[in-house]
Amino acid sequence: MAQSLAKEFTKGLWAEIPPFRLVLGLCPTLAVTKSVENGIGMGVATTFVLVFSNLLISLLRNVIPSKVRIACYVVIIATFVTIVELLMQAYTYELFLKLGIFIPLIVVNCIVLGRAEAFASKNGPVLSVADGLGMGIGFTLSLASLGAVRELLGNGTITIWGGTPIFEMGANFLPFQFMIEAPGAFVGLGLMLCMMNIVGKK
Amino acid sequence: MREMISMIVVLTVLTAFSGGLLAAIESGTKDRIENQVLKFQKAPAIQAIFPEATNDPLAERFTIKAEGIELQVFPTILSDGSKAVAFETKGTGFGGPVGLMMGINLDTDKIIEVRVTTHSETPGIGSRAKDNLEFVSQFSGLGMDTNFAIKSDNGDIDAMSGATVTSKGVSVAAAQAKEIYQKLKPEIVKQIK
Repeated sequence: MAQSLAKEFTKGLWAEIPPFRLVLGLCPTLAVTKSVENGIGMGVATTFVLVFSNLLISLLRNVIPSKVRIACYVVIIATFVTIVELLMQAYTYELFLKLGIFIPLIVVNCIVLGRAEAFASKNGPVLSVADGLGMGIGFTLSLASLGAVRELLGNGTITIWGGTPIFEMGANFLPFQFMIEAPGAFVGLGLMLCMMNIVGKK
Repeated sequence: MREMISMIVVLTVLTAFSGGLLAAIESGTKDRIENQVLKFQKAPAIQAIFPEATNDPLAERFTIKAEGIELQVFPTILSDGSKAVAFETKGTGFGGPVGLMMGINLDTDKIIEVRVTTHSETPGIGSRAKDNLEFVSQFSGLGMDTNFAIKSDNGDIDAMSGATVTSKGVSVAAAQAKEIYQKLKPEIVKQIK
């Protein structure tokens, strides 16, 4: 039990890390990773939704009739997303302004629905929470690392939280504007996928 | 038949439960969200409009309900002693509602300044309405007899090039502010005293 628990948790961190290995959830991955801070915020919001929707779906898996399961999943997921949206507005308003439309869009994030259908609907609550947490943390790390690459090259800074950069390039650094614009996300993601494949193959 | 009933029951219970939960959370966070909007959107706009206010317009804000309109008003006294108010109206821009905070001098009926507050316009294009003051500064000093439509609609306001829809949204908000001000001015003056 403990072994499979650890397995379900860690698979989200490397073997099935969402944007790079499953190549799911690309809409927020490409759109919000302009900075590390945005990436972490989006990742944490998604993790919250993933963990709680996985838990609830797994608890209700024997009650939900299979013909309306997708509708039920969407209701559960949408409820948690709205909770996240309200809480972010109430407590981290500045981050909410930056992420804006992408918070409600977590509802249709393939990762959340994908984990509900592929995992939580077939496994017990403990394993499902481990799966959701692992996937969520993997997603957060992916967004943060992609955000770090883009922010460093495009703006010359790394900002973890609250607007003050923890690292700044020297004054001679010319920001690579392209990286913080939309096409930069594709190029950054592509290069990171490529590197992960090289490392994973050896 | 049994299966159909169970589908209906499960879906109904689930949606009813989540609806109730969300309503509870919404009412629990409502005040906080209002405060956050006040702090991060309205306060900076008001400070920019009334840099020389001799009072605290945020603390003295009040709400007027008249003519079927509910309006949050921020009153102030300028350094030359004249009274002024600021309030927010909404127009529709390219990405959703655009909030416009307008400061009006009650003695002369002239606009002091306007600022864009909440918006979801395209960064770098429509968002210039908020970030680049060139557009909103043309409202400063205009009287209530101005036609706030943009020039291509036979009005007096220069639109931002490349952001016509946002400019229109702002001008609609301004026209609405003018209408509200003309309707509610007696009420506002009464409440300030």
